[in-house]
Amino acid sequence: MSTNPDLIKLVFGRLSLESLPLHEPIVVGTFGVVALGGLTLLAGLTYFRLWGYLWREWFTTVDHKRIGIMYMILGIVMLLRGFADALMMRLQQAIAFGGSDGYLNAHHYDQVFTAHGVIMIFFVAMPFVTGLMNYVVPLQIGARDVSFPFLNNFSFWMTVGGAVLVMMSLFIGEFARTGWLAYPPLSNIGYSPDVGVDYYIWALQVAGVGTTLSGINLICTIVKLRAPGMGMMKMPVFTWTSLCTNVLIVASFPVLTVVLALLSLDRYVGTNFFTSDFGGSPMMYVNLIWIWGHPEVYILVLPAFGIFSEVTSTFSGKRLFGYTSMVYATVVITILSYLVWLHHFFTMGSGASVNSFFGITTMIISIPTGAKMFNWLFTMYRGRIRFELPMMWTIAFMLTFVIGGMTGVLLAVPPADFVLHNSLFLIAHFHNVIIGGVVFGVFAGIGYWFPKAFGFKLDPFWGKLSFWFWVTGFYLAFMPLYVLGLMGVTRRLRVFDDPSLQIWFVIAAIGAGLVFLGILCMLMQFAVSILRREALKDVTGDPWDARTLEWATSSPPPDYNFAFTPVVHDNDAWWDMKRRGYKRPLAGFKPIHMPSNTGTGIILAGLSTAMAFGLIWYIWWLAAVSFIALLVVAIGHTFNYHRDFDIPADEVVRTEEARTQLLAGAK
Amino acid sequence: MTIAVKPDQSGEPLFYLADEHPHPEGYSTSLGFWIYLMSDCLIFAILFAAFGVLGGNYAAGPAPKDLFDLSLVAVNTSMLLLSSITYGFAMLTMQQNRVGATQAWLAITGLFGLAFIGIELSEFAHMIHEGATPQRSAFLSSFFTLVGTHGLHVSCGLIWLVTLMTQVWRFGLIEANRRRLMCLSMFWHFLDVVWIGVFTFVYLLGVLR
Amino acid sequence: MSQLVRRSYALAGLPNFQPKGLPVSRLRILALLPLAVALSGCNFIVLAPAGDIAAQQRDLVIISTVLMLLIVVPVMALTVLFAWRYRQSNKSARYEPEWDHSTKLELVIWSAPLLIIICLGALTWMGTHLLDPYRSLDRIAANQRVDEATVPLEVDVVALDWKWLFIYRDYGIATVNELAAPVDRPIDFRITASTVMNSFYIPALAGQIYAMPGMETKLHAVVNHPGTYKGFSANYSGAGFSGMHFAFHGLDDKGFGEWIAKAKATGGSLGRSEYLQLEKPSQNEPVRRYASVDADLYRLILNMCVEPGKMCMSEMMAIDAKGGAGHEGLNNTLPLTYDKYARRGTALGPEPSFVASTCTPDAPQGQTSAAVKAPADTTPLLGAGLKRPTFTPLKSTSFFLGQRPKSDS
Repeated sequence: MSTNPDLIKLVFGRLSLESLPLHEPIVVGTFGVVALGGLTLLAGLTYFRLWGYLWREWFTTVDHKRIGIMYMILGIVMLLRGFADALMMRLQQAIAFGGSDGYLNAHHYDQVFTAHGVIMIFFVAMPFVTGLMNYVVPLQIGARDVSFPFLNNFSFWMTVGGAVLVMMSLFIGEFARTGWLAYPPLSNIGYSPDVGVDYYIWALQVAGVGTTLSGINLICTIVKLRAPGMGMMKMPVFTWTSLCTNVLIVASFPVLTVVLALLSLDRYVGTNFFTSDFGGSPMMYVNLIWIWGHPEVYILVLPAFGIFSEVTSTFSGKRLFGYTSMVYATVVITILSYLVWLHHFFTMGSGASVNSFFGITTMIISIPTGAKMFNWLFTMYRGRIRFELPMMWTIAFMLTFVIGGMTGVLLAVPPADFVLHNSLFLIAHFHNVIIGGVVFGVFAGIGYWFPKAFGFKLDPFWGKLSFWFWVTGFYLAFMPLYVLGLMGVTRRLRVFDDPSLQIWFVIAAIGAGLVFLGILCMLMQFAVSILRREALKDVTGDPWDARTLEWATSSPPPDYNFAFTPVVHDNDAWWDMKRRGYKRPLAGFKPIHMPSNTGTGIILAGLSTAMAFGLIWYIWWLAAVSFIALLVVAIGHTFNYHRDFDIPADEVVRTEEARTQLLAGAK
Repeated sequence: MTIAVKPDQSGEPLFYLADEHPHPEGYSTSLGFWIYLMSDCLIFAILFAAFGVLGGNYAAGPAPKDLFDLSLVAVNTSMLLLSSITYGFAMLTMQQNRVGATQAWLAITGLFGLAFIGIELSEFAHMIHEGATPQRSAFLSSFFTLVGTHGLHVSCGLIWLVTLMTQVWRFGLIEANRRRLMCLSMFWHFLDVVWIGVFTFVYLLGVLR
Repeated sequence: MSQLVRRSYALAGLPNFQPKGLPVSRLRILALLPLAVALSGCNFIVLAPAGDIAAQQRDLVIISTVLMLLIVVPVMALTVLFAWRYRQSNKSARYEPEWDHSTKLELVIWSAPLLIIICLGALTWMGTHLLDPYRSLDRIAANQRVDEATVPLEVDVVALDWKWLFIYRDYGIATVNELAAPVDRPIDFRITASTVMNSFYIPALAGQIYAMPGMETKLHAVVNHPGTYKGFSANYSGAGFSGMHFAFHGLDDKGFGEWIAKAKATGGSLGRSEYLQLEKPSQNEPVRRYASVDADLYRLILNMCVEPGKMCMSEMMAIDAKGGAGHEGLNNTLPLTYDKYARRGTALGPEPSFVASTCTPDAPQGQTSAAVKAPADTTPLLGAGLKRPTFTPLKSTSFFLGQRPKSDS
């Protein structure tokens, strides 16, 4: 074996045995558990000969429904990781008092809070939201798939690639210790010379490509593939919010791409965009990243608003109140979300006029948001509300989100922000809107559309248990943070020396523990529901007596979604069809044109991830080889002109016949 | 969306299309590509903004007037503009289904593009040789990044062009290839427009500053 | 240190609380709100501060909260009411499945939030301008204007890795991790940082403002009640962030005089070389005092030219404003290279061969001992035969990047 250091550096870059955190017992323990679990999973897959099935039916699929489901699974897996980080932080802050250093050193703790933020936003909330949009939007507009099915598969695997990089940083090297937005100069090479920030940059770049492409894809789908009769003002509200979200994605993620690219140029090439000397401006980074960052929160919350609209209307058995004002409110929020970014750094010393401009634009956003809140309220008014789980999440959302909204507007008042900025009050505020808005919304969406995706409902007992753990856990975990914020406690602290604060952190930790129970109950709910799937079965395809088109087809829908393209006459298309005595067509089926599966997406994403890994560790040959392979595979893919096939008519007949039997059996 | 949604003769509302035609392949492509171009445009917008903020920070080093050779840049600009015109000819001949002529015009476009990249690289090399590297000042960082990103786009366009020429050569001017040529055409003209911005704001105004 | 801090919480608590500084007498009742909370035994320093600026900011917090509660409480109540009233099992409630529009209701639901936001917007506009941290004080308490004769206390604040340096220009002293000010005398802070972004925050005194390297921010405040309060960095700045706090003493004039005298009596001097030692990263620093301080030090820190041989930022910007230094300035990089831990060279960039000694990118921040060797001659290195342009102060008008010049002088 050669010990030539130059050769080793050439082959491994800056990767060495010391990069593995063998000296950190917590990480080694985690690694052991993850490796054991992973090996069991792999062995199981091999034993049951599932690899071929997974590859053919899932990994290479271009079916928007399966991709949507895979996004949700990614979100759940990453939620477990992100939440483990949250528990570690809560525990550290609950015990690091009175001279105790807690159990995490700064090196470790600083990674944990950075990873928590990055994972929860990019690899939990984003996959959840994208997954739901992917699954539901084509069905809601009566389409057979998205506009660019291959791109959809590629986008998904790019998101996975980013997630893989973040997970990798746990065991190979380390993650950034900069906070989730990695402000320079701290994130620049001088103060963060190790691989952490590079992991951060490349994970977000790889995932960001996927997100941008998926945004373009869904805009095209909504604009071009709506069923005949569905004008813009007849689209379901979830489709509307998805459209706005994807417009925001396309109009904001390029900014993130550029700002991270400039930061990587600073780090890799030594340019001077965000340095303190040679004329660079760290303040430009802060501006640019928030020009992406603020729309990002609306990217997450708008689809959640859409879900709540669908759920409220369905479970109140009533038309959505104020459809038009709901749509306009969504559009206004979309536009205004670009005019508020400076409220994230009032304390950077802009003039009073600039600060108050951005403060007031921020407050203005609360007007359409408030209008939405009232619309849901008046949808419930004179309804017949069924308190199924999605509706329970919606009520919890309405009560929680107004508190978060109120503290948000409070933080938009610059002088108030001066005393609350970066405090735990701020932490409580954004968890209040993101958990109370996005997470509750996603859970409502999961409960609502699960029967559509799998053909059986989720078990209500475990669901309700999870709901109550989540809601009480949330309040216990975050209300103390509001209190601490008013006591002048700032965020990201690792140790404290004022013992009077400890009780609040202990309460918050107990809250986090309850949320953990909520997550466990949710996993239990999935397991129990799968076991009891016969008892929970839905054969009608419309278990909630719902209103929009996705409920017009079977549960789960056939590959082609609709045997015949539906024609829309009303906002609540399926409600209208039911009311006017729609009869399901039983004959006259024709072959259906569908896209074929392809493995190119996963290969391209794998190569991108390998290239990112090479760049992170300065393994230049790996980066170069993967880049060239990436180019070759991508170009090679364009030489394939046969990307679709026809589902033969008799197969359609068979599928529809089976459904007819099922429906007959139900009656 | 022009399908009638009125009730049929029997007065029953029409709830599905019994006789439908699937969307033709590439039905959404031009919209999708437009949206992509707009997102790319945003990338350039941010780079322009960065140049706007940092463009005056010479860090006690050279300024545009010390570095830019406007006549060279003018030649360079004409290369790119000419390539846009020749691409236009390629599209015209494509409409007339003349494979050979299309290929020839595409090749000429590629040569102009190559010339553009060549001149730009030699300009960069000259500056770096002088010591005006991207590391020297924030102005040079943002200059190299903005112009370099444009150059990178043109290079990608060239690779794409060669790929498409191969595809036209092998499969002819089939529908899919026409659509792809159309997309590249939009991409190429888009880069032209961006370059006009670069030429005006970076070079001309830089030297005037 | 920790003792000090504990004491600060005891002192900053209830005894100091007086609902001073409320603009309207009616609002005094509102001030009872924080009092009620404070009575529960905790120290809500943000709601019960000791300085007039922080008190006005507290008032804004409370007034805006009350304004918003006007709409939030009804919404929450209606949510619960409707959810209960229109539950499925309640067959007596009206059910109108097709009712989905009412112009009157729409008007109300858009205009009610609008009205609140108009009020809040006006309040924001005024409050933001009145409480602009750059604005010098016109009052030291609600009904006490600033005496024209009073000279504000000037304190220069530098956020170091990971401690705070305070320079009292007028008294010629400096302290680390301890700040003091006489009660009812306006304080003008000028704030900068040596390496990364921090935020200067004393909750009892006034809202925070960022401390950024090579840039200056300002804060005007006054402390009204004597006591010891906690100050800290409110923006994460690296490994030693948790220990980056200091005690702020509000003292009467006599006490302040004694405090100054103590510094004069105990400390050494803080010159350029001592500063370069001090600014090296260290955690949980004890209080230090310096009896004398280089009068020019703050300007040099701000302009990132404490190290001998560095070109000051102000000078560099002046050259830039004149159109740069041309080709002659090309290789003049050493005097500009600031970051002592940064600039180790990057993976793909050229190795900066002119730097006296570089470290490898693997050495973590703070563990490096190799400092850039300063040449013996301390006059700024300007390169061979380089013209020095005549100096004029610079006005930067960069809009969103802060309207203040990047550095002073």
